[in-house]
Amino acid sequence: MRKLALSDRILMSVDKPARYIGNEWNSVMKEKSDVKIRFALCFPDVYEIGMSHLGIQILYNMYNQRPDIWCERVYSPWTDLDQIMRERNIPLFAVESQDPVKEFDFLGITIQYEMCYTNILQILDLSQIPLHACDRAEDDPIVIGGGPCTYNPEPLADFFDLFYIGEGEVANLALTDLYLECKEQNTGRQEFLRRAAKLPGIYVPSLYRVSYHEDGTISAFTPLCGEAPEQVRKVIETELDDAYYPDNPVVPFIKVTQDRLVLEIQRGCIRGCRFCQAGMVYRPVRERSLSWLKEKASKMLKSTGHEEISLSSLSSSDFSQLEELIRFLIEEIGEKKINISLPSLRIDAFSLDVMRRIQDVKKSSLTFAPEAGTQRLRDVINKGLTQEDILTGAAAAFEGGWNKVKLYFMLGLPSETEEDMEGIAALSNEVARVYYDTVPKEKRNGRVQVTASSSFFIPKPFTPFQWASMLEAEEYLERARVVNHAMKEQLNRKSLNYQWHSPETTIIEGVLARGDRRVGAVIEAAYRNGCIYDAWTESFHYDKWMEAFAAVGLDYHFYTSRTRSLDEIFPWDFIDTGVTREFLKREWKRAQEGRVTPNCRSGCAGCGAKTFGGGVCYETEN
Amino acid sequence: MKLRIKFAKSGCMKLIGHLDIMRYFQKAIRRAGIDIAYSEGFSPHQIMSFAAPLGVGLESQGEYLDIQVHSASSSRQMAAELNRVMTEGIEVRSVRRLPEDGRNAMSIVAAADYFLRFENGCPPEFDAFMAQENISVLKKTKKNEVLLDIRPLIYDFRREETGIFLKLAAGSVNNLKPELVMEAFFSWLGEAWDPFCCQICRLELYAWAGGGKPEGDAAPEQKPVSADSFISLEELGESIDDAE
Repeated sequence: MRKLALSDRILMSVDKPARYIGNEWNSVMKEKSDVKIRFALCFPDVYEIGMSHLGIQILYNMYNQRPDIWCERVYSPWTDLDQIMRERNIPLFAVESQDPVKEFDFLGITIQYEMCYTNILQILDLSQIPLHACDRAEDDPIVIGGGPCTYNPEPLADFFDLFYIGEGEVANLALTDLYLECKEQNTGRQEFLRRAAKLPGIYVPSLYRVSYHEDGTISAFTPLCGEAPEQVRKVIETELDDAYYPDNPVVPFIKVTQDRLVLEIQRGCIRGCRFCQAGMVYRPVRERSLSWLKEKASKMLKSTGHEEISLSSLSSSDFSQLEELIRFLIEEIGEKKINISLPSLRIDAFSLDVMRRIQDVKKSSLTFAPEAGTQRLRDVINKGLTQEDILTGAAAAFEGGWNKVKLYFMLGLPSETEEDMEGIAALSNEVARVYYDTVPKEKRNGRVQVTASSSFFIPKPFTPFQWASMLEAEEYLERARVVNHAMKEQLNRKSLNYQWHSPETTIIEGVLARGDRRVGAVIEAAYRNGCIYDAWTESFHYDKWMEAFAAVGLDYHFYTSRTRSLDEIFPWDFIDTGVTREFLKREWKRAQEGRVTPNCRSGCAGCGAKTFGGGVCYETEN
Repeated sequence: MKLRIKFAKSGCMKLIGHLDIMRYFQKAIRRAGIDIAYSEGFSPHQIMSFAAPLGVGLESQGEYLDIQVHSASSSRQMAAELNRVMTEGIEVRSVRRLPEDGRNAMSIVAAADYFLRFENGCPPEFDAFMAQENISVLKKTKKNEVLLDIRPLIYDFRREETGIFLKLAAGSVNNLKPELVMEAFFSWLGEAWDPFCCQICRLELYAWAGGGKPEGDAAPEQKPVSADSFISLEELGESIDDAE
């Protein structure tokens, strides 16, 4: 039996010890002596969040298919254990073998959101690996970053040996093979990194120099050696059916955030909302085939014993075979007492009928994401949804027995006016009105509940809004107050509920999203000030971040409210996502003119993603 | 048909709490392909009940859950199918059929055996401690604290070289946790009880032999208890042969 890294005394004194013991069903145990490479795969947040992530499950099983690689998992210790590990100098360990991470060949960290950056430093620090890549010795693990935030890896450039830009199934094994080759030839760490830089999708930050203009913007981004390409192109799978996908994902003991089987039906999104990074960087849209999905669903349910299955995609309603897939799920999978959950469905007659069949109408709520309060602003952000769509969908839902509606909005979008803010309240009121118009008094099940919530818009790299300016924290709050005030003026105000996000988190996330290499020092200073788990409201400390900016001598406004010129070199410009800068500029201009752009299936807008040779770009040609 | 599953819990699995063990078995039963019955409604759940929750940190050789099934193969085969889908540290010991009128494990638990394994040997004073006529402890209830004599709830004990064996009252009427006995013992010794000085393992769960618990005047604490006052929960079920 395995010896655990932590004593019973420690495990019994922390919250949810099951986070740290591994041994879950479908987790993989190997003999250390049987493998050549030990890979620690890390999600830098608490176990329940990390275990809910599909990407880790894919890569974990992909690596472990290889007899010469043992891939294990690492999560952020929760704050209670973090403190104990620091006090007693206990090195961070992987959950399978319980061995210290510092003994591994690789530490691969998935970077899913900006607010986990201090947790990455926590992981390195607790692992007793030098925070800075340049301070690492030959026997320290190679630290790799992957995931959506690597579309601007620059704020983290100092902390990673290399970044993997693109979809993990494509070239990760090429990287481990290169590592083996270098190990056999005894080339050393630096040579491995130089050779790795030649692989598609690999970015080695230490092989580039960044120079700045006097005003702080970038003047040049220069490779320092021949191996480092000027542009790093993302790697993607063109045929998803051929990409690796596990039959047997790990099944956690404790309830995790996504406590269900996840079936990824497609990648990318045809919609082209101008604020959405995922919608731009994951282009082109690629679907999995129906036969593949049916087979995987059955196999994975059998191997895990999960009682719920969920479809995953950015916009399930755009999946071309949705009706047949859902018929299969309800009639064949549902028979086996499996719950089906269908997020990101557009509300229409079809989806309402489906939802009626799979969930308890009384308990469930409907979700719409109009994102903006007026049609003008929805046109600016290229959100196809119209007020008529929403009200028609709501009316059908109310007739079907629903009486809870959630509406998601963003505040602080480019060109937003007071009318747009008040529009959020007006639209919410309209939804409530539709309920009272549609459902006769005797059939009402109490009052309709309309919950509107707004986040503050954060411009992200590789979106048409990458040039947009952010506002001050006070201004964000003021806009939320305008909405809140307008809510109270509505006829149906008693049915309305409005919530908004923290403007302070927004500012920090904004800096990290579009930051350059100099922001790394701020992240480190914030971490030294005690910041971890910034994504968790209770452990987010704005004042500590502000102290960090002051200590480093960086003004955050440079990254948030500054006006960026159209030809500015951005920190992330060396990455080639397939979607061209010309297209993004064109979209930025159309946004300012309030002109919508059709989705990929209605008409190609020439974004550039066709260059990958697959997906929706070639649909009509087949 | 009702089945009773007996399992052992050891190693790191002792850190998985009762509710998560329930969730674990729900999934394991699906993986094993056991033909379990479900409740009705939008989110049907398996018809399953556990005998007695085991505290986090305790190991066990005798945990029980009862399930309702539509069909069953042999005891041997079902145990093998379940063990094929168990994680290290959980082992299914037996799967037995309950009589049609068999009562739920949860409702009949009356006693439990424990072994407390001491890292550095068991304090010899335990015999003297047990020789007392009364062992009063403060038991916290929801409203206040009451003085409780736990001596009658200790049905049997034995000091061994490596630790202490205890047979304690268990279930919904009188439930005595071994930790409470230790707390009282160490307090009697004038020492602080360190919960990590021994590993507690539950060995078996019992019902009153002869069905039902004695009532009224013959309440369990008054009735003299002997080895044959109890029957293990396992023995209340019968093995399903391969030939059936």
